Amino acid sequence: MSRAAKPEEVMRLIEEELGELADKVVLHVDYIRVEVRPERLKDVAKKLAKMGFDHVKSVTAIDHIREKRFEVLYHLSSYSRSELFGVVLELAYYLPRDNPVTTSLYEFWKSVDFLERETYEMFGIVFEGHPDLRPLLLDETLAREHPLRKDFVVREEGIFK
Amino acid sequence: MNATGAVKLLKQAGIDARFIEDRVLEVFIGPQHPGSGHMRIILYVDGDIIVKADPDIGYVHRTMEKLAESREYIKGIPLLERLAILDAHNVSLGYVMAIEKLLDIEAPPRAQYLRTLLSEINRIASHLYGMGIFGVMIGMSTWYMWAFGDREVFVELADRLTGQRLTHTYSIPGGVRRDLPQGFKDSALKAIRYMERRLKEYETMFLNNPVVQSRLMDVGVIPKSMAVELGITGPNLRASGVRYDVRKAHPYAAYDELDFELAYSEEGDCYARALVRVEEIRQSLSIIRQVLERMPGGPIVHERFQRVLPPIAKKVFEKEGRVLLPPAIVTLRPPSGKRVLTRVEAGRGEVLYYVVSDGTVKPYRVRVVTPSAHNVKVYKYVLPGHRIADLPAIYGSIDYFPPDADR
Repeated sequence: MSRAAKPEEVMRLIEEELGELADKVVLHVDYIRVEVRPERLKDVAKKLAKMGFDHVKSVTAIDHIREKRFEVLYHLSSYSRSELFGVVLELAYYLPRDNPVTTSLYEFWKSVDFLERETYEMFGIVFEGHPDLRPLLLDETLAREHPLRKDFVVREEGIFK
Repeated sequence: MNATGAVKLLKQAGIDARFIEDRVLEVFIGPQHPGSGHMRIILYVDGDIIVKADPDIGYVHRTMEKLAESREYIKGIPLLERLAILDAHNVSLGYVMAIEKLLDIEAPPRAQYLRTLLSEINRIASHLYGMGIFGVMIGMSTWYMWAFGDREVFVELADRLTGQRLTHTYSIPGGVRRDLPQGFKDSALKAIRYMERRLKEYETMFLNNPVVQSRLMDVGVIPKSMAVELGITGPNLRASGVRYDVRKAHPYAAYDELDFELAYSEEGDCYARALVRVEEIRQSLSIIRQVLERMPGGPIVHERFQRVLPPIAKKVFEKEGRVLLPPAIVTLRPPSGKRVLTRVEAGRGEVLYYVVSDGTVKPYRVRVVTPSAHNVKVYKYVLPGHRIADLPAIYGSIDYFPPDADR
């Protein structure tokens, strides 16, 4: 097994590889954050996949309701390059809250299949180009309400009503 | 008009219709507990060959993420344990580590060792549970009885250590709740010797059994490239030849100070997945032995925590080595705008937590991805091409756990 790469080295590699495509590359304690514009998503994904980031650990979003936007997050890592084992890369971009339509990254990573479906039902973010975009965990009625959005308030029943 | 046109017309009329090819039958497996919980696989079969599989999950979805976001930080621990109660410490440890990172504290060395100890006890219990279910699914009910009987030993160990058989809530931000009880080391060493002997018997009875081998070998093969592409995790990944384990790749707790080997296999079939689990139990036993030998002394919670304990709790802590949580812990308030990501290797694979704080007493966002949420993809991509008769072997070998996948 080859030596694990230091996060700083990986970050430099990413900066070199992506160049102008990435808006921001920031090193956090646990992960490297790469912020991009949605229209450049496919080019960035292509380059990252080529670098050896071969699977997606998580696809999710954060609802910034006050700023009226969603932040979509992909957490990537590598199973085939052992020096990247300890690295998690966070691919992040923002979408307007009133029109959350974006591109699916299924063509680069098959592992996003169920994860994008989950983000679709939980936040209502539409991943265009996903081969089978339908609710995964929720039934259709609840999936229409997108429960992980911040304006979905959990109605709690009192014990004695 | 052809069939596609007819479906379109019916759909326009508001009638739910879909086209199913001639010769192809739809078979519904589940959701009434096809294996270890409620899930459904919709199979399309031609004769008895599966041509398409659509895992339909979510029957035990409990909105864990939303609930965690609407509760105080500390309440997330007993909640998130319920992702997989038979592996409770492993699945919730990542969340506790996330709170610690948000607060910028670290558990003392003794607490790290105690966490490792319980994690490994959990891993053995989880593997035995998975193997038991696997056994009964391929018709080996003796395997089921043996595995569940032996699992009791480790559930009992966890009980002695934490006071709870399953949902231990053992790790708290800054340390653990209880110190090692008296006489624990002796019982643990006895349990290890017993299990090591039993593993040999498992090999004789099951793994070297020609009936088991003919049902499992070369069935449900996941080649390395496919395992990587699907992003599956845990023992299933290692059985396909990827030498990846979070305990090695990104060590946490006390794992970087312990010696253990990664169990892995190049075959990628159902048999390899069973072998890897048995080998992992052996490694876990060795880890527990090392932990008991090398356990450092010192406090079991961070000093900041000890300072805020009320007088009664301080007395209990000094006398009995137990931590009573002070009421003030509910108002734990990590600084605003911080984000942390933690990874833990649970029995079934990697658990990822991503927690965002906003300066209030509740987390703004809690993202958790569990191992079964990744492994369920295997059914969609690996089942086609197999016979229905192979379904129980493949289903069981993945150690899929619906409550874990559905969250």
